[in-house]
Amino acid sequence: MFNRRTLLAGAAALLVSAAALTQFSLPALADPTEVRVMWYSDGNEGDVMRDLLDRFEKANPDIKVTLDRVPYKTINEQLPTLLDSGQGPDMARVSDLGGLSRHYLDVRPMFKNPGYFDENYATTLPWLRPADGLAHGIYGVMTQMTLTIPIVNVTLFQQAGVPLPAAGATWADWVKATRAVAEKVKAPYPIAIDRSGHRIFGPSISMGAKVFDSKGQPAILDDGFKSMMQTLVTWHGDGTMSKALWGSVGGSSYRGANEEFGNGQVVMYFSGTWQFGQFAKSVGKNFEWQAVPEPCGPATCTGLPGGAALVPIKDTKHPKEVARILEWFGSEPVQAEFDARTLFLPANEAVAAKGVDYQTDDANVKKSLNVAVKELTKTAPLAFKLQGYENNRMVFNAVISRLNQAINGEMSLTDAYTRMQADVVEGLAAKGIKLQ
Amino acid sequence: MNLGDRLAALLERVYILLMKALEPPFAALQRVVGIKGMPYAFVLPNVVLFGLFIFVPVVLNVWYAFTGSNHLLIGERPGVGLDNFASLLDCKNYLDVNSCAQDRFWRAVHNTALFVVLQVSSMVVLSLIAALILNGRIVARGFFRAVFFFPVLLSPVVVALIWKWILQTDGLLNAVVVGFGGEKVAFLHDASWAFYWTIFVSVWAHMGFYTLILLAGLQAIPADLYEAAEMDGTSRTRVFRRITIPLLMPTLLVVLILSLIRSVQAFDEVFVLTGGGPGTATQYIVQYIYETAFANQVHLYGLAAAASILVAVVLMVLTLLQMRVNYHGDK
Repeated sequence: MFNRRTLLAGAAALLVSAAALTQFSLPALADPTEVRVMWYSDGNEGDVMRDLLDRFEKANPDIKVTLDRVPYKTINEQLPTLLDSGQGPDMARVSDLGGLSRHYLDVRPMFKNPGYFDENYATTLPWLRPADGLAHGIYGVMTQMTLTIPIVNVTLFQQAGVPLPAAGATWADWVKATRAVAEKVKAPYPIAIDRSGHRIFGPSISMGAKVFDSKGQPAILDDGFKSMMQTLVTWHGDGTMSKALWGSVGGSSYRGANEEFGNGQVVMYFSGTWQFGQFAKSVGKNFEWQAVPEPCGPATCTGLPGGAALVPIKDTKHPKEVARILEWFGSEPVQAEFDARTLFLPANEAVAAKGVDYQTDDANVKKSLNVAVKELTKTAPLAFKLQGYENNRMVFNAVISRLNQAINGEMSLTDAYTRMQADVVEGLAAKGIKLQ
Repeated sequence: MNLGDRLAALLERVYILLMKALEPPFAALQRVVGIKGMPYAFVLPNVVLFGLFIFVPVVLNVWYAFTGSNHLLIGERPGVGLDNFASLLDCKNYLDVNSCAQDRFWRAVHNTALFVVLQVSSMVVLSLIAALILNGRIVARGFFRAVFFFPVLLSPVVVALIWKWILQTDGLLNAVVVGFGGEKVAFLHDASWAFYWTIFVSVWAHMGFYTLILLAGLQAIPADLYEAAEMDGTSRTRVFRRITIPLLMPTLLVVLILSLIRSVQAFDEVFVLTGGGPGTATQYIVQYIYETAFANQVHLYGLAAAASILVAVVLMVLTLLQMRVNYHGDK
């Protein structure tokens, strides 16, 4: 029944049909161009972005945007390698603004109204420009401004009967208050700070750190910086900060204390404004919390600004579509809605001037946003300069990994300083920059 | 014809159809390469895969080790000769990591060396004890053999997460400690505790595999030797020293070498359990290579590649040792 000829004919027919279906099918008329965006979320911004993009796609049926939602660790550790190998997405949401800037595309020539961006993103556009990039290039749009800021568990203060230190309180005042609260209510963490160099440089600048030398190159080992480093070592020794947090990871790995704060175990959590939306969800009505003014040091009372940016990648095969998405995202109505729903501080200066109608009934969030907006205006210029420094992440990583070794007794703080400097020199040398 | 017979007939027809369908292309291949070339043709796909995913990356890795900068693409990397190796080996005193230019590399080397010594010795001893017990006449022997092997089947990430949950400050073990009136212990945040727990978790996860190998070795020992010893009234200790150990020695050496190779490559469980912390207390050499190449903001691919070559040399020595042991065992 089945002779060889029949078998061969059948197999040939199968092969031809399969080929026709997969390889030689006629393309559907006007297939939309797919643009892939690698995106991470701190809170609900992934959902908000997807909703906004759905409306963008309806208005622009020739573009389909795929939002690949990944953990923050993927953006930090895998995206750089993907970009180096030319296998990255078309766009990405990144927080290492300067460090990855060599991969960004200048979309200015493709924008309909680039002047709008010059006017309303004047502070942050330079953060995204690569060292060898165009002076007026537009290399991305911030998805939000952030500010490192302390967030306190107000309920714990109330339960302990300890008053919240007022604006202008120093770090020493806060340590005294949080330790008193922790002792009374048996909270395990009087103070928790994210294990991140970005977090500790705000307080360092408050302590008098200058960070840069006269040539604008990193010169971190001054008295102000060392004062803050010694403080952190002391805090880990006397129980103000617990080794359980920073000690649970190694190297320059990030470790937040969101979970511990959400569980009511932390009296004061020095993190940032990007946490407000998340805490609105995770804490809810469990306890009262709010952001408080920046603790002061001898020099000033500052946090470190920051934020993430949506950036176009220069290897994209769809630069025009990417430019259209970016120009749309950076526009005032989109930014206003994005900030209102994500509870982020606005990066668009027109939106900031008009104020954001935040979509929340959470009193904790509203109070915190008010505090943060005020504190942002008082942020030290040096903090902005550091945030805009292309190699800041490399400096942050060197500091946090060596500081952690000192905290764990692997080396003295003096040796840690030597190693920090050596790591910075080595990192810059790998980028072809010689530290003088 | 019952259902089973019909199924068998159907499967046979499918098989025959499949073989008939494959016959023409293989006949055409044989016409091209000849009958002697057919084995090579069958091996070729595997060789291509091996070449593409193993050999080529190894060659590229060697290239990276002799080049510098933080660029990934080979064409953009300038040659630096032996600078990466020189940097890694630049130490005033190899026993004092703080005297080394690349102190993190040497910390990882020291950590790995200590880990290997302790982990391998405890692994081999515990596996041998387990194998001896499981080789005996115990109740539910089959069940216990399976139980010892279960952790081997788990993903390293799952193993690490389970033990992280047990060992964390508010974890199960501390709940037991507190329940007995003690105070919480920072099992994973104290450098010494964390180091020894990584050894424990690694042994727990992999012991079953080596127990199985040793069990097979024990079962290969002729039973009449033990019978003869029993008839002679030989003590159990003497039987163990004079019969079991000598005849088990080739298997023991294989287990030793395999566990040595594996322990040098320790990464996944430790990375999830402690992240290499606290500080660098549990950072071993593979994690150092990974972080240097990929996790740090400045990707020092050349330095990481050079470190990986040094590790490869150590592993090659161990592998040659194992081959020599096997060769002598066969003889």
